[in-house]
Parts: sequence; C-alpha cells; structure tokens
Amino acid sequence: MQDTIERHTISAVVDNESGVLARVIGLFSGRGYNIDSLTVSEVDRDNGISRINIVTTGTPMIIEQIKAQLDRLVPVHRVADLTVQGPHIERELALLKVRNSGEKRVEALRIADIFRARAVDATDRSFVFEITGSASKIDAFADLMRPLGLVDMSRTGVAAISRGPDEI
Amino acid sequence: MSNNAMTGAEILIKALTDQGVDTIFGYPGGAVLPIYDALFKQNSIRHILVRQEGGAVHAAEGYARSTGKPGVVLVTSGPGATNAVTGLTDALMDSIPIVCLTGQVATHMIGNDAFQECDTTGITRPCTKHNYLVRDAADLARVVHEGFYVATNGRPGPVVIDIPKDIQINTADYTPPEKVRHRTYRPRVKGDLEKIREAVEMIANAERPVFYTGGGIINAGPKASALLTQFVRMTGYPITNTLMGLGGYPASDRQYLGMLGMHGSYEANWAMHDCDVMICIGARFDDRVTGRLDAFSPKSKKIHIDIDPSSINKNVRVDLPIIGDAAHILEDMIRIWKAGARQVDPARIEPWWRQIDIWRARNSFAYEQTDKLIKPQRAIEALYDKIKDRDPYITTEVGQHQMWAAQLFKFESPNRWMTSGGLGTMGYGLPAAMGAQIAHPDKLVVDIAGEASIMMNIQEMSTLAQYKLPVKIFILNNQWMGMVRQWQELMHGKRYSESYVESLPDFVKLAESFGAVGLKAETPDEMDSLIDEMIAVDRPVIADVRVDPAENVYPMVPSGAAHNEMILGNEAGAESPQATDQGLALV
Repeated sequence: MQDTIERHTISAVVDNESGVLARVIGLFSGRGYNIDSLTVSEVDRDNGISRINIVTTGTPMIIEQIKAQLDRLVPVHRVADLTVQGPHIERELALLKVRNSGEKRVEALRIADIFRARAVDATDRSFVFEITGSASKIDAFADLMRPLGLVDMSRTGVAAISRGPDEI
Repeated sequence: MSNNAMTGAEILIKALTDQGVDTIFGYPGGAVLPIYDALFKQNSIRHILVRQEGGAVHAAEGYARSTGKPGVVLVTSGPGATNAVTGLTDALMDSIPIVCLTGQVATHMIGNDAFQECDTTGITRPCTKHNYLVRDAADLARVVHEGFYVATNGRPGPVVIDIPKDIQINTADYTPPEKVRHRTYRPRVKGDLEKIREAVEMIANAERPVFYTGGGIINAGPKASALLTQFVRMTGYPITNTLMGLGGYPASDRQYLGMLGMHGSYEANWAMHDCDVMICIGARFDDRVTGRLDAFSPKSKKIHIDIDPSSINKNVRVDLPIIGDAAHILEDMIRIWKAGARQVDPARIEPWWRQIDIWRARNSFAYEQTDKLIKPQRAIEALYDKIKDRDPYITTEVGQHQMWAAQLFKFESPNRWMTSGGLGTMGYGLPAAMGAQIAHPDKLVVDIAGEASIMMNIQEMSTLAQYKLPVKIFILNNQWMGMVRQWQELMHGKRYSESYVESLPDFVKLAESFGAVGLKAETPDEMDSLIDEMIAVDRPVIADVRVDPAENVYPMVPSGAAHNEMILGNEAGAESPQATDQGLALV
C-alpha cells in the first residue's frame, strides 16, 4: 500500500445546471475526501458550461477514486488532473484589509510593493490590498501582514489551467 | 406553442408510454393529483397501489430485477418522497434501474416550507444516480427520456424526477424520445481490445484460476450469463458468484464453487485466497467479499471487468482493469480465445481442482440432521427440492434466512434471485416479490423471510390481496433477529441486547385477516406438507415455519479476519478464528 499523501489540482468541465456544485461537494463530504480549495464559474455561456477547479489531497488510490467518482457524475463532461498532466498554472486572488497607523502603514506599503500587491482602498487608518499569485505566495503575504494589522481577508480559491496549446 | 400542446401530466404519461412502461408502483397525494387524474383517463399503463411508498420502490426493484426493464415509481411530495429514500438507496447500492417520479409543491411555493414540501432533489442527491427538478413543462418530456437513459445505461441506478404541481398542469409541446440525446453521459460499452487480449493471455496461462462474478453479469442481461457460462466451460476453470451475482452461472454445475464471502463456501473463499489469476467480472470487491483487505488473495494477478471506472482500484488494487459491458467483453474474450485456438491443458489445472475438491469435501454448508426441530437450512433445501422445477422467482428479506437461501437455493438462470445485497434492507422481500409477481403473473414467486424482517413492510399484504397476487411468504421463524443474535453470541459475550422479537403476531390469523392463507409448521414432517400446500394454493400465503432458534449461519468470516479464516459449524469440523478487536468496530 502506498500511503504517501499527494496534493492534486483537478479541473472538471460540467454542465452549468442547478445542483451541479452540490453534487461535487456532496461527493467529497459523503466519501470523506479533502477539499483544500474549490472554485466554480461559468466559462462558456453559449453552451452553458462551467469549470470547477479543486485542490485536494489524498493517497494515490484516493486521488484515482476522486477522479473516477467525479467523472461518474452525470453532468460532468471531462475531468483532468492538472498535476499529473504536466506543467500548469495556478492562480488565486486575495483581498486583505490592514488596519494600522504610523510606521506600520509605511511597512505595509513597502511589503505590498515587494509582493506586487496593489492598494485598492485606503483610509487614514486602513488599506485594502489586492494580490494575485499562487496560494503559497498569498500565504506568505498574509503572514507578513498579520503583525502589521491584518484584520480581514477574502480569497477566491485556486483557478488553474495547463500550459501549452492544448485545451482541457 | 402549437395546437398539440398537452398538460404536463399528459406529457408525462405519453413519455412513459413511449419508454415502454406498462406498470407503475405508486401512492397518490396532493402534489401528484393531476398525474393521477391523467392516469385515470388512460389504459396503457397499469398502476399498482402500494400501502407505503417504501414498498413501491422495492416492488419496482423486484419488477426491474426480474425483467431487466427499469422499474417505475410515482409518489407524492414530502413524506411520499422521504419514504422512498430507503428504496432509492437500496437501488443505488445494488445498481437497479429505477425511475422515481415525485410530486413537488408548485414552483412559486418551493422554499417556503409549504405543506408537504421537502427538498427532494437535495435529500435524494446522494442516494440516486442522478436527479432532476423540472421547472418548465416544456422540459418535462426531455427530462423523462433522459432519466430513463441514465437509469438504464452504464451502471444502472435510480433516477428521481421531481415534478412541481404547476408543471403537471401547465401546457407545452411533447418531445419524442428520438429527439433527445444526452449532452454528457456516454458510458463505455466495448472493452479495450488490447487489454482483452492481454486478459485472455493471462487466463490461458493460469495454473490456479478462479472466476469471481457479480451483479454486473445480471445487469448485462441474460446474454451475459450465457456468454459467461460458455466461456467458463471452455476454460474448465472454477467459478464463484457474489450474493448479487447468483444465477449468473448455473449453480448445479460442477465448476461452480457456490457463493463466496462472509457466509460463502469454504472452497470459494479458499480458491479466491490461493488463486494465481482472478477474473472478476461485474463485482466490486466489497468488504463482505474481501474480509481484511491486507490479507485478500495475496498471490493473485487480478483482472477486473466493470462498466463503472470508479469500481476499479476502489478497495483492491488490480493488475488489469477493463472498462465496459460484461456481455460485450465476454463476447470479445470468447472470440479471441477461439481465434487463438486455445486449449487449457487439463494436466496443468488438475492439481488446482484436486485442491479445490479437498476444500469442497469439508462440506461447509453442512448442518445437524435432526427430526425433532426444523433446521432452517433443511427448510430451504426442502423448499428448493419441491419447487426447483417450476422456475421460481425468489426474493428475501435480510438476515440469516437470506444467507441460508443464498447458500442452499441453487439458481440456474439470471433474474430469478432478488435480494437486498449492498444496503441490506430488512423489509425488501415482500414488496420485491410483489413486483416480481406483477411482472410474471403465472410464475411461482416466493419471499424467503424472517419473522423480524417481514414485519417491516407487512402492510403490503393488503396490496397482495387487492391484486390477487399469489406470492408465497416463507418465514423461517426463529423468534430472534437471527443475525443480530448470532453476532451477539459470537462477538458480544452472548449478551442478547434487544434482539429477541417479543409479541409476534399469529401469522396464520394475520394472513387470514388480509384474505391470504396462513400455514404453520413446527416439525419437519409438518413442514414438508406445508410446502406442498403452499404451492398448491393459488392465493397469497404466509407460511410460518418454526425453526431451531439457536442455529447460526456458517461458514462465517468474522469481522476483521482474512477471507480464508472462517468459523465453521460443527458438522463441517468446527474451526473458530476469533473476531479481532479492530473487527469489533466493523459491521
């Protein structure tokens, strides 16, 4: 038995019909699979197609099961394991609210600059930063902002796509 | 909208008719009244009025399992739908094609906690293969056609179509089935030929092979059973069937090792354990078959043929998976086998058969012969002897009687055996027998039951009476929830907590009150004449057969043990591996 826990990014192309997200979430909770991140959005309005991106962890056997179980759902067109397929890009967007004053304001702006985060809202005692990148980059940015007065954060979850010319 | 516009209820009836539906099992209520009104005005579909919605789904399962056609259920919103949930889950676990139509409150009321409202699609999402909420009468016909397609193609399963009351009344045009093609769902039917060749190669070169086949053979149709039988005989190899797969291969055949698993035969489980090539077709390596996973068939290469890719490598890692329909793949296998002019050298597998015969000689289903008490196994064997030539349809409830029936009743053809395998639903047998009898009015249908299980859907006696269905209910009455008692005896220090069934009804009087015939036997002699009488009567019968209350089902693989570690009964030279501490946590 291989017991190593792996992290995989899986994308599913699904019919944009009511209940499809509930089916996916119910599958994960009902069978005890992990969801680290899950995003869903319509990607083809004319054909009513949505894309779901899931970051999950499990043993190789569990990951295989997750893909087979997803593929078995009736409204699912295709399932792709981006982690297995090769190079791919993962991006997440986060909005972070930092409340502070004095030196900490200057420091927050300086770190935001290093991370290429943009201030999208400012008051005399707060900023909202917008940052895009990998989940780990956002984690790192949030860690640095915490002692500088981080009070609120909203993250989109991971959007992912393969590199190169091929579609999913 | 054209002049041919019909109401939703009329569209539904037309769609069902176009799908070849001749029978619906249902129960009316407020949210399906327009559909019942449309049913009243037509003659092509027969409605069978059950006494509780749970009975409707099991009846539809019995109908489906005994015919190969999908079973259709019609129930109202709220409690009608929630009562159907057990049957839906049962059909999902055992891959039975069911289309369940549920009424729903009008679309503008949904979400308002209206009278008899429940979130039917939400509740049934995890217990159906797929479900729909129809929001426009113009979609209804398409959804019904799609529903039948999904229920019957690929791995079969239950589909719920939730139809709000206003949709049943609104008018729209009808969409015929030819115009409906599913957008996404196209299960693979033909197997990969390269892999099939590889499998044939492995099979041809095996020294200790075993076929292990399940309900997938039954679901692939009678042709799959015929092809399986042909192929297994061509190879001369041994075969074992799962509980759901009984009848997929003729049980009286010499190559048949009996059922495998927790209460399977000694030879079947040992052959599975010691084999070098395992050919699994339409079975799913469930825990009742594998026992402790790390000790399951350690020396074998495993071929797994299944229509559902998620069954592959779910519990047991296999060496050669082939996705597709069992009948198609068996057909290809036979063709490739013949094309290679392959022949199994009898000398090569002779030592394997010699070993199997040694295991067989343990006679693991043996039981004490006595003329004082009716042994439950004796009751099954007597029943089998007296009805085997009538091509009977057998259903069961769940528990000891179910296992004895599976061990001792020999099924020669598919679609004759209906039991709740995956979910283990007590109360399944009577309504399932009802459905089988509706589908086969001239056949003998017997529900082999326990006195505890039969009480769970006893209200369906009234349905038997209404439709004059001559179902025979053969109760092995030991006054205990026998399987619970057996586990308490073996694993919980004989502390028989709440497993004694007190205050049982007088089953003879109970039968008579429903217009059925009640019979009772307390000695082996009485039992023999009871069976004769039961078969002779052309009415529903409850036969109350008082059996030895202390009898246990053997062999038994205790929970947590390996599948070759079986407790045997005294007659088979008792062996008693103990349940492990971890095993105590297993069901």
